[in-house]
Amino acid sequence: MLAKVAKSREMRTLILVILVFAIAAFKEPRLLSASSISSILLWIPLLTVMAVGQMLVIVTRGIDVSVGSMLGLSGMLTGMLFRAHPDLNLALGAGASLGIGAVLGLINGGLIAWAKIPPIITTLGTLSVYRGLTFIVSGGHQIDSNNIPSALTEWSLRGPVTIGGVTLPWLLVFALLAVGLGYFLTNKTVLGRNLYAIGSRPEAAHLRGVPVGKSVFACYVICGALAGFAGLLYASRYGFVNPATAGSGMELTVIAATVIGGCDVKGGSGSVGGVLLGCILLGVVNVALAVLGVAADWQVLVYGSVILIALGLDAFASRRQAKEVAA
Amino acid sequence: MRKILTRPEFVPAVLLILAFIAGTIQSPYFLDVRYLLDSTGPYAETGLLVIGLTFVIISGNIDLSVASNLAFVACATAKLAQIGLPMPAAATIGVLIGGLLGAFNGALVAYAKLPSFLVTLGTLALFRGMAQALMGSASVQVPSSFVGADRLDLPLLGVPLPFGIMIVFVVVLGLTLHRTIFGRWTFAVGTNEEAAFFASVPTPAVKFRIFVLAGLLAGLAGVLIDSRLGVARFDHARGLELEAITAVVLGGVSITGGRGSMIGSLLALLLIAVLKTQMILANITSEVQLTVTGTLLIVAVAITGVATRLSAPRKA
Repeated sequence: MLAKVAKSREMRTLILVILVFAIAAFKEPRLLSASSISSILLWIPLLTVMAVGQMLVIVTRGIDVSVGSMLGLSGMLTGMLFRAHPDLNLALGAGASLGIGAVLGLINGGLIAWAKIPPIITTLGTLSVYRGLTFIVSGGHQIDSNNIPSALTEWSLRGPVTIGGVTLPWLLVFALLAVGLGYFLTNKTVLGRNLYAIGSRPEAAHLRGVPVGKSVFACYVICGALAGFAGLLYASRYGFVNPATAGSGMELTVIAATVIGGCDVKGGSGSVGGVLLGCILLGVVNVALAVLGVAADWQVLVYGSVILIALGLDAFASRRQAKEVAA
Repeated sequence: MRKILTRPEFVPAVLLILAFIAGTIQSPYFLDVRYLLDSTGPYAETGLLVIGLTFVIISGNIDLSVASNLAFVACATAKLAQIGLPMPAAATIGVLIGGLLGAFNGALVAYAKLPSFLVTLGTLALFRGMAQALMGSASVQVPSSFVGADRLDLPLLGVPLPFGIMIVFVVVLGLTLHRTIFGRWTFAVGTNEEAAFFASVPTPAVKFRIFVLAGLLAGLAGVLIDSRLGVARFDHARGLELEAITAVVLGGVSITGGRGSMIGSLLALLLIAVLKTQMILANITSEVQLTVTGTLLIVAVAITGVATRLSAPRKA
């Protein structure tokens, strides 16, 4: 029993989180300060919301590298909406960001599920197209902090619970809601089970009567909607939306969090719990690097290594599993 | 007739002719051969990436890391020259580093059997991150004797040196792809890897070598960019993989592997060069150009998908 728990991917990630945190905190006790903990808690939500969507996609053997650009375009359009209607209800704004993201995801999903263009190519294309569109709709101008409603900024500053000077921000609550949604989808719905069936073996899923096209399409729409919502969270977190930088390169962080969280890149397995842990791990690493004084120049290197290490571990694990089955 | 229509070169050739006609209508300076040749500098670098990617994609894989590889080599070469290595030695080591990075991709894809799009997505970040960790946000000057290869013309032919280098590689590697056993193996792996393996094609070795080749070519492109720009920065050629992959699939290479040609890739590279020149002449911003390239990629894959289905033998 214990051996089984230790072998599970979630356990592996959890141990890694604790190890990294302990080592970093030992080297630099400032990591334990309220401000460091708060910045970890603020850094995780955006990533988590996007990673839940990415997980659904990776489970089907797909990938979505356009999430950063979807965040940018949705954040920009929602920001422009707030600029034009400063008194707009926040719930409407949230709905708009979700809707915009869903439309962008719908384009990805349509090209992948029905035009049969491989996911990496489709989303590599839309990564550029959506980023370009962000510039075109904004005319290259950024949304400034005075155009973002203060009620939205409050989401990052205040929260329902405060423990010892550390506030759990509303952003985190939304991230946990996204995790809840992911859990419900993957464990309690037919669509969720179908996604795993497709990822395990697409041909077999088709023969069993799984609507492969529709399910794949749906997971890209959900991924897009969540990335769109992350655009709103971005506006709340940073207080501005710049057409060039909003979400730029974030796809790498999201994919790193997803694979380190135990999603098998060859499809068919992965859990939201693992993904949440992956996001927490990257949040800890990110803030720890800053506190330890490692230059920001090393960040991209770290994300790249994380993806490759996760891939290597997967290859190693699946080879051993194959051996065990054979024995 | 059907045979011509379904050749991989057909679509890019027609589009290239159309783009030329449109260009001539748009601006009288467009057909100025000197102007066209002088603007080939950046495309020679893209071209080297395109040649490598033609092999990679025909074999049914993808390499997203080529532009990051290029950037790291550009930075490493400039650093080596800065610490006093003679430039020819630095450049040679630079190209070899490119090959080494390619070998890293190749080992993970061919021997660890990991999907190439994920491996190279990881190394896209890793190589770029290595360049950034090496340089920070500073830029390093390249020795002035090495600067300006793109302004040197080859004797007799009168074409700029980088363009000449690219053409030599197109010819040599085009012949390799279409006239040697290795080329046949590349197509075989891309058509049906399992079948190729049982037909005694050394599939892992073929894939490994293809990634090394793509890495070497990216390394050479990194050395050329040093010479053209005179400085090395970690953010050189950011996003260039998009343009290179777009050229390859626009050139009729099937994204699922097994189909394509070197001539097609070259024609598509020229097409993209002509389109970009037109967009620059028309004062279209680089962000809009990005949108156009992205759209082109998706449309090209969709078109080749249809062409592949047409050229495939009919199912009984």
